[in-house]
Amino acid sequence: MKKETITVALTGNPNSGKTTIFNNLTGTRQHVGNWPGVTVEKKMGTVLHNDHRLQVVDLPGTYSLTAYSIEEIVARSFLVDSKPDVVVDIVDASNLERNLYLATQLIEMGVKLILALNMADVAQSRGHQIDAESLGTLLGVPVVFTIGTKNQGMKELLDKVLEVVEDRDTVSRHIHISYGHEMEKEIKKIQDVIWKDPSVGERFSTRWLAVKLLENDAAVQERVRSFGEIGEEILAQAEASRERLVEFYKDDAEMVLTDQRYGFIGGALKEVLKVSTKSKLDLSRQVDLFLTNRILGFPVFIFFIWAMFQLTFTVGAYPMEWIDAGVTWLGAVVTALLPAGLLQDLLVNGIIAGVGSVIIFLPNILILFFCIAVFEDTGYLARAAFIMDRVMHVIGLHGKSFIPLLMGFGCNAPAIMATRTLESERDRLLSILINPLISCSARLPVYILLAGTFFGASAGNVIFSIYGLGIALAIAMGKLFSVTLFRGDIAPFVMELPPYRAPTLKSLLIHMWDRSQIFLRKMSGVILVGSILVWVLSSFPRSPDLLRGQAVETGATSATQERVLTAAESQRSASASMVDENLKSSVANIEMARLENSFLGRLGHFIQPIFAPLGFDWRTSVAVLTGFVAKEIVVSTLGVLYAAGADVNEESEALRRSLRASGMTALGAYTLMAFVLIYIPCLATVAVIRRETNSWKWTGFSIGYSLVLAWMVSFLIYQGGKIAGLG
Amino acid sequence: MIPLSEFKEGERGVIRQLNGSGTFRKRLQEMGFIRGSEVFVEKYAPLRDPIELVIKGYHVSLRMDEASQIMMEKLEQEQK
Ligand SMILES: Nc1nc2c(ncn2[C@@H]2O[C@H](COP(=O)(O)OP(=O)(O)OP(=O)(O)O)[C@@H](O)[C@H]2O)c(=O)[nH]1
Ligand SMILES: [Mg+2]
Repeated sequence: MKKETITVALTGNPNSGKTTIFNNLTGTRQHVGNWPGVTVEKKMGTVLHNDHRLQVVDLPGTYSLTAYSIEEIVARSFLVDSKPDVVVDIVDASNLERNLYLATQLIEMGVKLILALNMADVAQSRGHQIDAESLGTLLGVPVVFTIGTKNQGMKELLDKVLEVVEDRDTVSRHIHISYGHEMEKEIKKIQDVIWKDPSVGERFSTRWLAVKLLENDAAVQERVRSFGEIGEEILAQAEASRERLVEFYKDDAEMVLTDQRYGFIGGALKEVLKVSTKSKLDLSRQVDLFLTNRILGFPVFIFFIWAMFQLTFTVGAYPMEWIDAGVTWLGAVVTALLPAGLLQDLLVNGIIAGVGSVIIFLPNILILFFCIAVFEDTGYLARAAFIMDRVMHVIGLHGKSFIPLLMGFGCNAPAIMATRTLESERDRLLSILINPLISCSARLPVYILLAGTFFGASAGNVIFSIYGLGIALAIAMGKLFSVTLFRGDIAPFVMELPPYRAPTLKSLLIHMWDRSQIFLRKMSGVILVGSILVWVLSSFPRSPDLLRGQAVETGATSATQERVLTAAESQRSASASMVDENLKSSVANIEMARLENSFLGRLGHFIQPIFAPLGFDWRTSVAVLTGFVAKEIVVSTLGVLYAAGADVNEESEALRRSLRASGMTALGAYTLMAFVLIYIPCLATVAVIRRETNSWKWTGFSIGYSLVLAWMVSFLIYQGGKIAGLG
Repeated sequence: MIPLSEFKEGERGVIRQLNGSGTFRKRLQEMGFIRGSEVFVEKYAPLRDPIELVIKGYHVSLRMDEASQIMMEKLEQEQK
């Protein structure tokens, strides 16, 4: 058995079937991560074939290797720097002409190349007959047919990989695409300069370097500059050549080169491709005429989105209940097993409750990602972008940004992860930044509580207005950011609309799991830390009363029971019939006192002056602080602080009564709702933002701007309302 | 020559010239929008922007302001 591993890179146009083939080859022996510095997925896996160990890398799909988009940069730098032993270009055989463009660039780079003509079934059904042998000879590249979805041609592909690595195949040879007399002359001139330093020629194909310099490729120029003196000389020659060529062709060299490559492809295809025009009814086209129809397009789209939400939140509600029950059960078990005290409290109220509050979203996330995978794999996502683009363009976004924004109504965390479907970094960042303004379902309990308490019958309209406020702010901020932070470089919209395909269940599940797994793995860490932090802040310093209580009642099974007993002692004089009610309220009072005395409570008092202009008292300030972990927690904190007990929900009448009695006004309540809508997304969302932007700077910016915006909007509402006499 | 953005659904033409910035032109060219390529206007989006085209046997969409950078020569409609 050979020792060293053979690295095989899979490249190809988007949607040509790379991932499908990658999954076929590597099965479950794969690892999903990110390319360093960017959020482009990196998939690696291993295959054992004929006693050889192959490491397969699934590169992002690109139309070219010009290094304009992150995908192209990632793919190209892998090919240039990591020098894989073999590159397999997965080509959509039913769309040869455009797919071969990438192949011409790979040929030029001088990598060891194999062409996999995938989607051979589609090509055949369209009446395309491809003479693979001649194609291989013309390009100097071995060619194999594959059908990714049927797992066909994989063995042949792997055999070919080994042949090429061991230089056993007979087809491989290095061809030059001829660019015409004038161009070739300039290429030669640049090469002549490069050859002056033999060490350069050893590391790179000189022809590739020369061509890239003629194309004015910034990344290659950068690299050549690093060669030192010889580099400067090369660059000077390239510049002179470019000028000469512009004079000759009356157009930039890169345009001429692209033309010539397509010319070469066209010539080759004339010899190897026969299209028998059996004009079969194009099913995909018929489907599309309906799905993007001028009149039906929007209703159908809205229906799909509606169905997605129904599925996510209605069906998802069942497993959510089970998880909720499971978490509660676990809490109870731990409570029963461990002696009362700090450790138990930390485990039950800190870790289990905190992590539980995030894990509970897992069913939603799985279903949501499954739906997205269906949209993506069938080709509908591109159509959704097609019909929504006009609308999204108003805020400077791509049509595809619509779906992540919409998902935000469910939960911002997976919504932000869904921005991965966007190709441009700019669109991705912009969508991530405005996503938290879309009011997620966790904020609804807060609205229901406050609107229900203070607005009675018109609560529905009030809540609706808060959602509207969020949307309006998202639009305004999107517009603002796109003209300030992200000025210029709007990526061209040029978007392929792939034919509709029936996705395979396997690929849907892999897709879904890849993303959900990221959520679970990364989130659990952050949430754990965050939950512990909030627990520490709200549990320390331990109030002396409670400590005494604990000392006396060490035998008690739970902290709550202890508190009940402590409270009962001080309430002994109360009449028997009142015991129960009083007991409850005094427990709540103690809990409130304890919290006020905790770091969190002190922090609330400390920051209250900042919130005073918004009409928040210290209790509201604390509630807002804890809401950072998850926004629905605002409700339970208010419950504790307004002495109604922690086990309140948004419908709780006791909490409503004490809120009304506390002097909070309708205006104050509305201000608080607006604040909760806008300020810092919850901890899980922050963690996702950190992950997806891969930058603390953007994460900090997201937190910072939402806080400032929340304060300003709330200030306007509160003070404006007061002036208008609503307070 | 007329810009592609003035084509109606179902019309076809041949690309004569690409205007616009370098990056944009390069991107289009790499996707197959080169001089002499035939383009078929498949349809407009419900809000009349973007536009869906068939070029080199695949479907692609462009925004109207992008399509207006592509100068075309109209081809006669095929006889039905
Ligand atoms: N009919 C047919 N469909 C295929 C074949 N190979 C892949 N597909 C389908 O083509 C679609 C795209 O496949 P992917 O493997 O996701 O393509 P990809 O190249 O990884 O795409 P990107 O990652 O977006 O660049 C999926 O719906 C596959 O099921 C094939 O040989 N025949
Ligand atoms: Mg893929």
